[in-house]
This record gives sequence, C-alpha cells and structure tokens, in this order.
Amino acid sequence: MITVESLSKSYRGFTAVDDVSFTAHAGRVTGFLGPNGAGKSTSMRIMVALTPASSGSATVLGRRFADLPDPGREVGVLLDASAQHAGRTGREILTIAQRTMGLPRGRVDDMLERVSLTDAESQRRVRHYSLGMRQRLGIATALIGDPEVLVLDEPANGLDPAGIRWMRDLLRGYADAGGTVLLSSHLLHEIEVIADDLVVIGHGRIVAQGTKAELLAAAGTVVRSADTAGLTAALEAAGLSPTAYDGGALRTDADPSLVGSIALAAGVALTELRSADGAGLEEMFLELTADTQREGAAA
Amino acid sequence: MSVVTTVEPIRTTGTPASTRAPRPVPPRTPTSRILGVELRKMFDTRSGFWLLASIGITAVLATGAVIVFAPDDQITYDNFGAAVGVPIAILLPMIAILSVTSEWSQRSGLTTFTLVPHRSRVVQAKLVAAIGVGVASMLVAVGVGALGNLLGAAITGNDAVWDISATHMAYIVLANVLGMLVGFMLGVLIRSSAGAIVGYFVYSFVLPTLSMLLAANAAWFEDLQLWVDFNFAQGALFEGDMTGEAWAQLGTAGLIWLVVPLAVGLRLVLRSEVK
Repeated sequence: MITVESLSKSYRGFTAVDDVSFTAHAGRVTGFLGPNGAGKSTSMRIMVALTPASSGSATVLGRRFADLPDPGREVGVLLDASAQHAGRTGREILTIAQRTMGLPRGRVDDMLERVSLTDAESQRRVRHYSLGMRQRLGIATALIGDPEVLVLDEPANGLDPAGIRWMRDLLRGYADAGGTVLLSSHLLHEIEVIADDLVVIGHGRIVAQGTKAELLAAAGTVVRSADTAGLTAALEAAGLSPTAYDGGALRTDADPSLVGSIALAAGVALTELRSADGAGLEEMFLELTADTQREGAAA
Repeated sequence: MSVVTTVEPIRTTGTPASTRAPRPVPPRTPTSRILGVELRKMFDTRSGFWLLASIGITAVLATGAVIVFAPDDQITYDNFGAAVGVPIAILLPMIAILSVTSEWSQRSGLTTFTLVPHRSRVVQAKLVAAIGVGVASMLVAVGVGALGNLLGAAITGNDAVWDISATHMAYIVLANVLGMLVGFMLGVLIRSSAGAIVGYFVYSFVLPTLSMLLAANAAWFEDLQLWVDFNFAQGALFEGDMTGEAWAQLGTAGLIWLVVPLAVGLRLVLRSEVK
C-alpha cells in the first residue's frame, strides 16, 4: 500500500506537485494519469525518496521509503528505463541489484527469463538496447527482490503491442496475487485497460480520482441518429444539454435508458445508443487537463 | 506510440484485498554488501576496467622506460618510484571521480539510491572502495617498480639501489590518497564526469601555476603560499621531508582545499534531487 498525503513540491517560483493525496491499495492496480509535465514523475520520485518534498508525506507499507531497511525487497521501482550505466551489460545490472539485496545468484536468470530477455541479449551492453529492452530490464530489476509494491513510471513506453500486452498481464497477475501496483502514463488507453483505480493529475494537482468504474459511470451516453437536429431538440426539451461528439453523434451526461426513452417519445430513430465508456473518460481526461495541454483547449 | 485496443477488457472487480500473508520485514542492508557492490561497480564497465588496468600497464611501461633510457647510475628505486608514480597520481583521482559522478552522469543513481536510500551509506562505501583500490594499485606499482629496479640492476651489473625509506613510501601513499580524496571531493561537488575531470585538471595544474605566479610577484603571498597552497604543501610528502611545520601547512591548506569543499559536496549529494 502506498499512502500519499498532501504532498507538495515547489521549485523556485514553480509548483510541480500541489497538495496531492491518494492511496494505492494492495490487490489493485492504481493508474496515475496525466499529461506530460503534470507532476507524475516528481510525485513518484518523492515517494521513493529521490526528491525531498516541500511539504506533506508519502509512505510505502506504512513507512517512509527512507526507513525501509532493504527497500528493493519490499518496493520494486522503475522510474526511467534509460537511467542505467550504458557501459554495463543487462546481466550485470541485474547482478548488482541481486547482490545489493543479498539474493541467491539464480534470481538473475529467473528474472531474465521472466521478462523474456535472452541469454545473448543479457550479455550485451545496455548502450545497444532498444527502449523496449531497457523497459524489460527495468521491470526485471524492479521484480528481482520479489517486492509487495511496484512503482512504475511510464513502463509501457517503447514496448511493442505484444510487449504492452505482456506488461499488462504481468501487472494484473501481480495485483491479483495481493501486490500493490502504481503505474503512471500520459496515455489514457494504456492505463484504462489495466488500472482498477485512477488518479488523474494536471498541473500538479489531482483533478479526479476514484475507481475506474466510478469514473466511467460519470461519463454519460453517446447517441446517434440520422435526424441529429430532431434528437438535439428532443433532448434539450427534456432538460439535457447534448454536445456534439465524434462525427454527428451526441453525448450527454444522462444514462442510456433515459436517452432511449426520450428518443422513443419524440419518435426519433436512433442508429447508435451506448454508454460513453472509455470515450467519456478520454473526454474527461482532455477536459480536466485542457489547460495544461500544450495544444491548448481540447476540442 | 500506438496502443492495442482490440483486446478484451480485463476483469477489474472483485480482487481480494490481499491474498498474501503479511511478510516479515527484511533485515537492513548490511554495509559489507553495499561495499562489495560499490567495489564491483568500479570494475564492471569497459571504461572502469581499462582505467584500473591502465595503472598496471603504465607502471610496467614507465618501469621499462627507466630501464631503457636512464643512465646506469640513475637505475635507483627512487627513479623507478617517480616514473611509476606520475601516471598513478593522475589515474587514481580519475577513478575516485568516476565512481561518484557516474551515478549522476549515467543516471544509475536512480537505481542505486532507491535500493539504498541512505545516500551517506553509498557514498561512504564508494570512498572506502576507492581508497582500497588506490592503496592496492599503489602496492602493485611499488612491486612493479621494485622488479624493475632488480632487473635494471641485473642488466647494468650494479647492486640494486634502494633509496626510498619505508617512511617516505608511506608519505607517497598518503599523498596519493589525498589526491584521490581531491578527486572524490570534486566528484561529490560537481556530480558530472566531464565537469569533475576538467575541475581536477584546473585544480591540480592551473591553480598551482597561478599560485606560483602570485607568489613570485606579490611579496605578501610568498609566505602565505606555504599555508594555503595544497599542491605546494603536498610537495613535502613526495620529497619525504615532513617537519612539524610541513604537517601544519598540509593541514591548513588541506582544510581550505579539501575538507571544506568535501563537506559542502557531501551535503549537496545527501540533499540534492536525483533525476
């Protein structure tokens, strides 16, 4: 379990993390979602004691990270897969972790196998690794101590689709076995398919958090008809405020059954009626983080 | 980067709070393990390996050069020691610098300091490992020089001349350890490989020259120089004549140029952000 309470970090004239509080529970995958520069990485660095907080606290398994006696055996951390000495071989990097934690030597081969790095690949220097291979090596380093908690910053970056699938299954299995997983991403779809709980951050502040089901439920309905004008009028007459969505469809905050009844009563034939689902979450993500997006206001 | 969207959604509900039994807290990482790992990290890259190997190689080359080029009456242990000592005096501080700065320049510190969050323990281990490697290297160099001296004497047909006392040898070892500490200090202070290496050359070649010039041109500095010029103060160690005053001068100059900046650097390392 990871508990973050009122965490803030200010640099001269700039607040990178602003009063962030959330809990990542055991047995669940918590997705930490936000656009680039939202403060995800800074928050994670504070959690693992690489960056001092300006105020607030972060505890892992009930203790400050710096108070963990042998952190690698309780918390697996992957903050940046490229942050390795380029002149070491992958095997050597794992061996250093194995020795620091005093683990049996065989763990290195176990981990290489678990992340599908071949023996030949493990003998190559990290300089020659692709980003995907570095991510696999980083995951292996995080897992080698058999920790209860995983803290992973953008672990899917650089992985191919099969690799992303693999990562997802691995983290799912890990959480199902009772582990705590906190992973960050700036890509909604990536996190949507794996996370149980979501923490959405923008501009250093938490803008939404809850279970994925809750956040999806709040997302409303997508409805489509050949008679868009008639449908709009009927929905507005019923007191809803539909907005244009994705090429001729409408989106409202009401649930699908209400929207269906209104359309039936108005005699408008529908061609599509569904819960806005992930699409709604995406819209929420874009809305919530609109002012921090470099593209400016999201359409 | 694209994301697979065609896969079926993964079940997200009904996960038990925790199916794992509460686990015992592991014991604290012992210092011996940290020390062993830091020692290993000095050898396990190509650059680290060759840097260490170059100490042995240059010792052999320098010894060979003395045998080949020095006149017969100069085949003395003092000369072998001097020839072997010059490359070592430059290489050892580099080893100390890189053992610290690679954590920042190569960013491996992200892993190192999450596995051992008490940075002072890592830094201490690095210091002990670096000095250990330094002393061991000097023993190798002393041995190579001694073999060279024997070989040179055999070639020239003279008796081998052992004209360095054990005390003098200890002074030279101390001077080299101080050189490593300077490298270590620059490492923790600058935390960038390129910056610290440049800093080292400024520190040991530019500053002494400026100090000489100042002493030659400003009368007030001439007497002061002995007390504030660390390089100058270390000269007595290499010469082997350490008087009480020389120790005091080494102390004051060392305080200014080593102890104070080392304290500042250690503070920075312990507090700074690791990115």
